[in-house]
Amino acid sequence: MKALWFHLMPYPDLKPDFKKKHNSVWVDIDPGVFDPEVGHRAYNEYIDELVHAAAMGFDGVCVNEHHSNAYGMMPSPNLIASALARETSDAAICVMGNSVALYNPPTRVAEEFAMIDCISGGRLIAGFPVGTPMDTCYAYGQNPALLRERYYEAIDFILRAWKEKKPFAFNGRFNKQRYVNAWPRPLQQERPPVWIPGGGSVETWRMCAEKDFVYANLSYFGYKASMASIGGFWKQMKELGKEPNPFQAGFLQFVGVANSRAEALDLYREPADYFYNRSFHTDPAYANPPGYTTEASVRAALGSQVMQAAEQSRRKVRADQSDIFDAGHVVIGSPDEVADTIRRACREMNVGNLMLLLHFGDMSAQLTRYNTDLFATKVLPQIKDLFEKEWENRWWPKGMNAAKRTLAGSTYEPVGIAAQ
Amino acid sequence: MTEPRETFVSTPQGRTRVWRKGAGERVGVFAGIGGQPKWSPFLEALSQTRQVVAVSLPGFPGGPRSEGLDTHLDWIVAARDAMIAADLRGVHLVGASVGGALAAEMAALWPDDVKSLTLIAPFGLFVEAEPVADVFAQPPGGMSAILSRKPKEFDAFLAAPKGVDKAEWEIDALRARVAAAGIVWPLGDTGVSKRMARISAPTLFVWGDGDKVVPPAYSRRFGKAIAGKAKYKTVKNAGHVAEFDQPAAVAAAILAFLEA
Repeated sequence: MKALWFHLMPYPDLKPDFKKKHNSVWVDIDPGVFDPEVGHRAYNEYIDELVHAAAMGFDGVCVNEHHSNAYGMMPSPNLIASALARETSDAAICVMGNSVALYNPPTRVAEEFAMIDCISGGRLIAGFPVGTPMDTCYAYGQNPALLRERYYEAIDFILRAWKEKKPFAFNGRFNKQRYVNAWPRPLQQERPPVWIPGGGSVETWRMCAEKDFVYANLSYFGYKASMASIGGFWKQMKELGKEPNPFQAGFLQFVGVANSRAEALDLYREPADYFYNRSFHTDPAYANPPGYTTEASVRAALGSQVMQAAEQSRRKVRADQSDIFDAGHVVIGSPDEVADTIRRACREMNVGNLMLLLHFGDMSAQLTRYNTDLFATKVLPQIKDLFEKEWENRWWPKGMNAAKRTLAGSTYEPVGIAAQ
Repeated sequence: MTEPRETFVSTPQGRTRVWRKGAGERVGVFAGIGGQPKWSPFLEALSQTRQVVAVSLPGFPGGPRSEGLDTHLDWIVAARDAMIAADLRGVHLVGASVGGALAAEMAALWPDDVKSLTLIAPFGLFVEAEPVADVFAQPPGGMSAILSRKPKEFDAFLAAPKGVDKAEWEIDALRARVAAAGIVWPLGDTGVSKRMARISAPTLFVWGDGDKVVPPAYSRRFGKAIAGKAKYKTVKNAGHVAEFDQPAAVAAAILAFLEA
């Protein structure tokens, strides 16, 4: 079982009346709400939390991309990932990921990911999301009718840029480039593992199944909401005759650990409420631009029970947001209770990659540390063995031989030549 | 109201529906944002004294698929192909909303082929001080409210008729929205301002006084920039889909313009 410590990097200072005074946390969020000094503190605190998680033994640290969004302050997760590549030594650096359809030419993504892979000594997990409608079609103005085609082409472009041994010309539908020559090259050859964060679209399931990518269902509504989508992925895998290796799937889960469920409720109620009722205050008008959901997915939703279940469970969990803890959006409890829930969920869904949000909402640095440390010392040991004996993990960064690695700061001469 | 005569013509994009009704001078029609899922009171009114020829553009009901159309040039060529296939060269051309954006391009690029042009609240321009609304970013199920002064009636007009597969009908409606977005995303500025001076046909600009999508003031911006003689008609109690909200008034304005 792989456990990754995931940070959304939310803006931590939305006022209690935010929902009343503002239309949305996303796309049209009031720029006046952002205080750069709060941003300064938050970024540094959040990077410290990721670094600490890596030191506590989480297998990976994870960042993602959002635009014009106050619950996710990483328009460029690569900036944070490069800091993490320096400040951590063993954890996988999971960038989940770059919305590749937004970058023309996608060479930029091939280059930056290769840089992170080199700096980190081969620890990068390369995530390629299509991106939400809010991020791509509204904040970045992409035509929803063409977004997915651009996305597929950009993934092909980047993988080819990493693989080819010579500069090549790329004559795509959207990208036309005479000289594609990704320099530097990724340390992991022929490429870093590719993970696809996705919702429940038929196309995403199929692509992951066909191309041997990890499918990671990133829902903010917990394992119960992920179940139908993960089920859709495994159904697709079965149809293509692929083996159900749990390490090819992942899901996202908010977790709050304490000494008891009562204490957990007490500690995590407020930050969870901040996330769901303040920083997740979104406008549904931005959720479904025409063409973003493909006709195939619309048809599948009309005809398939799996898709209907996925849609219904999404709607259902959205409907009772008051039941954040009972519905499993946030799993809370004592270490044993949390470990038990996670083991059962992972077994039931057959998922070997657990992406954990142990910081959420406006959680303080102190509480984040408490949650992280309790999870690392008391939950992690109870779940680590899952699937490890039965399955080979082919989707984890290979990394450099530790003996050959250059550690951050190790080449620095404390006394400069001039002083000598 | 009787149904039009339906034929299918072949274009490079695929099988294309053409509806014809009435007698007399031909008037070609490019429909607006949802396409022409049904024969409408507006087309009926127009067909009383003219031969209406409504041709479906790619993605819209009755049209071929629009997935291959990547750029505005692709859309212009597709509209031109539809015009040729429906034998609309040299006749009067009417275009509404997104269809109006393409009708304007026909008149700009092939001025000799457009006898007169009527644009009903066309997309094509964007002025920051008076922006075109984000018509697609509407609350779920709320698009009619921004398009029409009679949203309930408009929803009823767009709903599946009895005996038609509802799911397929919905998918057709979705395709129309995808096509409309394909033409005007993200701002509605199609770059036509560079070509407006090439429009030499006499042109009537029809606008609903309550258009919440493309501001009525755009009619003058458009009209002043063309080479042809511009006429203007503001339709009372009408929204962006003026031809749906006030079919008789819009048809009467067009017929009066064609008479003149």
